[in-house]
Parts: sequence; structure tokens; C-alpha cells
Amino acid sequence: MEENAIPSIPTIDELKQEISLILQETKKDRESLIPILHKLTQRFGYISSQALYEISAQTSIPLAEVFSVATFYRMLPTQQRGRHVILFCESLPCHVVGGRELFQALKAELQLEPGETSKDQKWTFLTTSCLGVCNFGPVISIDGNIHGHLTPESLPEILNKYE
Amino acid sequence: MKTVRSMVLISNDPKSKANASQEVIAAFKLAIKNLELTDEVAVSTIPEIGTVRNLPLVVIFPEATVYAPVKPEDVPHLVEEHLFKGREVPNLKVKDPDTLRKIAWLTQRKGTLPAENRIVLRNVGIVDPESIDDFFAYEGGQAFATALQMTPELVVEIIKASGLRGRGGAGFPAGIKWDSVRKTPGKKKYVICNADESEPGTFKDRVIMEGDPFSIIEAMLIAAYAIGSDEGYIYIRGEYQLALDRVQIAIQQAREYGGLGKNIFGSGFDFDIHIHAGAGAYICGEETALLESIEGGRGEPRVKPPYPTTSGLWGMPTLINNVETFANIPPIVLNGAQWFKSFGTPSSPGTKVYTILGNVNNTGLIEVPMGITLREVINIYGKGIKGGQFKFAQTGGSSGSIIPASLQDTPMDFDSYRKVGVALGSGALLICNDSNCIVDSVRVLARFFQEECCGKCVPCRVGTDQVWKILTNISEGRGTMEDIAHLEWLSKGLEDFSNCGLGQTAGAPIKNMLDHFRAELEAHIKLSVCPTGVCPMS
Repeated sequence: MEENAIPSIPTIDELKQEISLILQETKKDRESLIPILHKLTQRFGYISSQALYEISAQTSIPLAEVFSVATFYRMLPTQQRGRHVILFCESLPCHVVGGRELFQALKAELQLEPGETSKDQKWTFLTTSCLGVCNFGPVISIDGNIHGHLTPESLPEILNKYE
Repeated sequence: MKTVRSMVLISNDPKSKANASQEVIAAFKLAIKNLELTDEVAVSTIPEIGTVRNLPLVVIFPEATVYAPVKPEDVPHLVEEHLFKGREVPNLKVKDPDTLRKIAWLTQRKGTLPAENRIVLRNVGIVDPESIDDFFAYEGGQAFATALQMTPELVVEIIKASGLRGRGGAGFPAGIKWDSVRKTPGKKKYVICNADESEPGTFKDRVIMEGDPFSIIEAMLIAAYAIGSDEGYIYIRGEYQLALDRVQIAIQQAREYGGLGKNIFGSGFDFDIHIHAGAGAYICGEETALLESIEGGRGEPRVKPPYPTTSGLWGMPTLINNVETFANIPPIVLNGAQWFKSFGTPSSPGTKVYTILGNVNNTGLIEVPMGITLREVINIYGKGIKGGQFKFAQTGGSSGSIIPASLQDTPMDFDSYRKVGVALGSGALLICNDSNCIVDSVRVLARFFQEECCGKCVPCRVGTDQVWKILTNISEGRGTMEDIAHLEWLSKGLEDFSNCGLGQTAGAPIKNMLDHFRAELEAHIKLSVCPTGVCPMS
């Protein structure tokens, strides 16, 4: 495994600096909490416990509330993820057009169960509700890019494109 | 952006090809070129026309005149008369009444023509969604200008008179909502566009936002003027990145133009819009959960009443409408309530945007008048069932209903569906053929509710989990007859005791299954067999 392969974990100083940068642009009120968490996710890929603590310290929003909001939303992860995040749509529109078979193939191909990250930190495998591109079903999203009309046969080709 | 004044559709299915349709297409292109009409007339083909005699068949829009059968040598005369001089050619028009009946959707059914009578999607695919100048070129802004000439009361009256019902799923009359917010005293009022579209199978709002973001802004301006608000929010689902970008650009351009901000177009009226990006939670489409989320909290629905119309965002009176509802507003203001009522059914006027999905030959997005039937949707727009027979349809995302084949001729509008005990929902039509197992499908729906339940109230948190576990047991061959009684009880309990719409509708698929597919469910338990062979049963 290459040394730079794992997304770097930000140091506390980096976090402090990033959060104060974000707070220069937004207000420190409660309404800004979700936008702040969004920006941190974009920057670091997830929101670490230190980050939650720093947000609380710099905005004066109680830590428990920052934690409760961050853990409520699917797009604000509080756990570190792999280099690529696969979202498998498990809603009915994809399920009836081949999602059932695709799910089994995906699990076998990745050797992962939903919610797991591979040991080499390459993949994090998650299931999701509808992604709103149902006419291309069954779909998966890899790092936000949608791959549609997938079959167990066409799956390896897509996955092999990712390093 | 290039637009055409006429469109020529030529059938090009195998049978038409056998009757020289390729030559007809070539002849059309040549004749159009010779008369220098290339920029004004588009030529397109119909790859599948169904069982129609007299092929090849040619339809010319916007008149929807049908000519059949057309031979290559007829084409130069046809193009010159119809497209150049604007006169129909009677002797080439289709004479066989059978042909006309079979393609009646093209000519006779008012409002189902693809090229005609689009209300919600009128600009989608036509205007440049990133150019406000282009939007103005297509009558953009005229509805708002018209509204400004009226009193706010009159605007509300027009919306009321139009009979427009909310397109988010519940079908609440929009005019009554507007009136209620207008009449509630308050120094500060908010207008919110609910664009947190997360119902499985529904993506109409995404298409509207990506294709016509300015119309949503215009509709919110009209709403703000009518109810007396100066601030609005668009709550867009976090996963919809392109829609977020487009709406952001649209708001920016509108501000630069003076269409948002202080003293809009010199009228003395102030209004501005903020975007709030969702963060991945289905429940935030529930209006009070959406408010909690904008305020920076967990998206947990509030207890109603008070309704947002009296106590909404930060306790202020708030108007919340769905994207599709807003998209109807500018045409209604511009053309009047009577015009709008000429579409659809008396109790549900207007059109509805549906997404057609699942086991049909043609999936996608359609806008049709309220009151069309499922059979028509499947056969005309879906181009028939793919593989096997039609078994059931699932409407309106997870919170809709399972419609058995026996109800496929019920008109699709809010009241007709309510009468037969099903719901229209948010506009998804998932068509399933007989290779799908009802237990498996309902289990997938149950999984969705279990996953997306916010956890605030016990009936929903525990109920959705129980339902999912029982259905998983049944699908794995461990079901008992007591499980059916338990499911019945849970479905009733979810509906009666849950705090918000998610829990209240989570029991609906079970109820539909018990009402219409009980035998199939019992086969899983009594015979330990999944009739379709989908469930693992072990």
C-alpha cells in the first residue's frame, strides 16, 4: 500500500485553523451549524471528534448539540471513511429492475458488508435510500458520481476504474 | 437556444421500415432543406408505434395532424403545403378510423400531447437554466409583473379559485394555505420552497430545478408578495448537487438584475432567498422537520398543531410549498384560474408530473392532466410492460400506496384514489410485473421506513423496526400466522399513533398487501413457498 493512500487525519492545529476560517465567512449562530459541518466534511471527508469539540468551542453551541446534529444526518459522517465511498441504492425502484442481484454481486466483489470499510482503506460500502436517478436503475454512487443501468457483469469494469 | 416552430414525427418501427419509412425520413429532410426550413422544423422518429396499420405514419406538431400512410413521393408536396404554406393536406390525412383510435392519445385526448399543454415543465429543456436573459425571452417574469399590478388579496383569490392542490403528496389546497398565512398577523413571515425531494422513485423536482430554476424564484416572489413576506428559503436536498448549483446561479443573476433584494424593480417590495442544503435525511421533507433543519437542529418533526402557517420558522407564520406546486403558480397568475381549471378533473385541476419506472419499456418523466388512468400511463407512455404481466404499481414513493392491477382504471387524482383507499403520493409510478414478490417488495419499503425513521416518537421507531423484522422472517421461511395479525395491528398502530406523515404512511404498504395480496403472503407462511421464487425462504 502506498503511503499517501490513506486520507490524512487533520492535526488539531489544522482543524482549529480551518474552523476559524469557515467561521469568518459565516455567522456563529445555530442556523449556520449544518453549513459549517457541510464545509468541514468537504474539506476533510469526515467530522472527527476533535472537530466537533472545536466547533463547539468556537461557536459556543453545546458539544452535545453539535454531536446530536452531526450524527443525525447521513451526509455528515463522524467516522473516517475509505478513499472511495460506494453508496448502493436499496430503494424499491432500483430493487425491482435488478438491484437485488446487483447487491449480492457488489458484496461479493468488495468482500464487504454494508457499513464496512476495507482493510486497505480503499472502499467504504454504504447503502442509501433513493438517489433520485431512478430511470437509470439500478444505480450506485461512487464518490458522488452516479453509475446507472448496472448489472453484476458490468460491475467489475466500473470498480476497476478506481485506484 | 434554438427553438423550432414545428416538429415532424415519423414512425420508424420495423413495419414502417418495411414500407419505406427510411426513404420518407430522407425525403422530409431534403424537402425541408430545399425550402430553407431547417432552422424552423425538427424531424424526429417514433421507434415504436404499436399495432397500427397504414404505416409509415407522420405526425406534425403543434397541430398534431396525422398523415398515413405516407409514401416518399408524397413528401415534397406535404412539406410545401403543411410546413411552408401552413395548410393541411386533406387527402393524405389518415382516413382509417381504427388507426386514429389506436393513436388517439396523439390527437383526441386534450392535454396529453407531448408538445402541448405543459404547465409545470413548460420551460424545461427550452430555456437556458443558467441565463436569466433567456428566461425573460420566454415570458419569464411576466407573471410576477402581472401580480404586482394586483392587490395581494386578489393574487391569493386567483390561486384559491384555480383549485391548485399541493403537489408534495398530501394534496392540500394551495390557495387555502396562502390565505391562512396571509391572514395570520405577524411582523415577519417566511416563504419556503420544499425541494428536499427524497421519495424513492421521485425526481420531478430535481428536473424542474435543473431545467427551470428561475420560475421557482418567480413563483416565490409572487407568493411573498401575496402573503406579505420579505424573506424566503429553498431547502434543497444535499444529494442534488446540480440543482443546488443551478438555483444558486439563478438567485445570483436575479439579484444582479434587481429581481431579488430591496425595492424589486422599483416596486417598493423587498424579498430575498437563501438556499439551505440538506444533509441526507428523508424526514426533512416533512415540513416541520425541514423547519427544524433550517434552524440548525436535528430534523425531527414538531407536534402539529400549531401548523407552520401560524407558527413556522422561528415561530413566524410560514408558507411551505413543494417545487412542483410553485412551478404551477406563474402560469396560473398569467392565464387565470379558469384556464387552469380546464385541465385535469374538477376536484384536482391541472396537470401532474409523474416519473414512470420499473418494468416498463420506457421509463422517464411525463406531465399529464390529472385524472389519467394507470392503464393509459403504462401503455401509452411506458410503452407497455416489460416481461410478463402487470402485477401492481407503487405510487408516490414509499409513502404512497400499492395499487393492484384491478385498480388500474381508476382515474389518478387525489379524491378518486382516496375513495378506493389508496394514495396518489408525490408522483412516482413504479410499475411492477408478475416476477416481483409482494412480500419482498413490501419488505424493501419497510426497510426504507426503518432506516429513515427519525427516532423521535416510539410508535414509528419501534413499529417500523418490528414490521421490517417480521417481513424478513416471513421472506426467510420463518413466518407464522400470528405474524399476519401482528402486521395488521402494527399497520393500524403506525397510522393512528405516529407523530408525523412518515410513520402514519409507513403502515400503508402492509395494509395494501393484506387487502389485495393476502393469498400470496399466506403462501409464504402456510406452504413455505414464495410463488414468484424471489424470497430466499431459508
